[in-house]
Amino acid sequence: MIKRALAIITLLIIGYWLAQGLAGVPFGQDKMLVGRYYLEHVKEQTGAVNAVTAVVVNYRGFDTLGEVTVLFIASTGVGALLWRKKKKRTARTEGSVVLTTGTSLLFPFVVLFGAYIFIHGHLTPGGGFPGGATIATAFLLLYMAFVTYEIPHKVFEKTEGLAGMGYVAVGLIGLAIGGYFLFDWIWQTWGWGQSNIGRLFSGGFIPIIYTLIGIKVGTELSGIIDNMLKEGVSE
Amino acid sequence: MNVPHISVYYFGAIALVLIGLYAVLVKKNVLKMLIGLSIMETGVNLLLISIGYVSGRSAPILSEGITASKAVDPIPQALVLTAIVIGVATTAMALSVAIILYEKYGTLNVEEIRRLRG
Repeated sequence: MIKRALAIITLLIIGYWLAQGLAGVPFGQDKMLVGRYYLEHVKEQTGAVNAVTAVVVNYRGFDTLGEVTVLFIASTGVGALLWRKKKKRTARTEGSVVLTTGTSLLFPFVVLFGAYIFIHGHLTPGGGFPGGATIATAFLLLYMAFVTYEIPHKVFEKTEGLAGMGYVAVGLIGLAIGGYFLFDWIWQTWGWGQSNIGRLFSGGFIPIIYTLIGIKVGTELSGIIDNMLKEGVSE
Repeated sequence: MNVPHISVYYFGAIALVLIGLYAVLVKKNVLKMLIGLSIMETGVNLLLISIGYVSGRSAPILSEGITASKAVDPIPQALVLTAIVIGVATTAMALSVAIILYEKYGTLNVEEIRRLRG
């Protein structure tokens, strides 16, 4: 009890201190400095309508590269921590008929919607990470409904690596053409789709990079799910 | 002691961070501590997003009718997108460590695990 009371008192002091600090930050007022520049120039500089994805992929592309690296390391780490020689699924009972039928009907639609999200990253809310998570959800559904289901490991792991390499390759082509890493060569050198802002075929390399990221995140999260749903077989 | 006047969003974010910190400090079950970490993360993300809000403006997707002067700050949203993914990655790692802990020690109570090792 005394431990809890002490913890609550400490937390209240920390909370008061944080609230005091935040009292100087006005809520709901325009505090943009760099943000205004991004909003005003996003259309002619990147061709994207969605300012958030333009910031994520174009202006601050290195963040996304690091983010993809973190996710890759997490997936590798989960695989390394849960590594066993022989593994099998922990599930013992098949899902009900309603669940299995519903899953097999829903699966293509969920994958299609995930692909829609990451292909339209420069136009609508979303992008590579939400789209990839949606696709991983489709595979989680399969794992939940069927006892014996298993993702095709060979295909998935190769696809994951190839998508990551594709992202770096797009950046390196930018280095060769424009002089710096992740230079948007499709938009700024080729000028491809400049009459088309707000439609699908625009946005420079954002749709390409987001397609690669979406595939990578989808396969990675599916791999994490696969690793966590299996246990080692003890002889 | 004067009470600082802050927005309800800031208050909620601070409350979430404190609830998560309480769980990490007080709870003994590893899974509950991980839930606390996730709650803390949600609080931090809510705080970042609410700092970027400008009242009366819409999402920074410049479609018809929404010009640059009618959108909120896009930078915190990009930051939070990164932070969410990193949170998911760390949670996945921590959960697999929890699985291994349970396999090795047969318990998820941190105090018992500490005693078993010594």
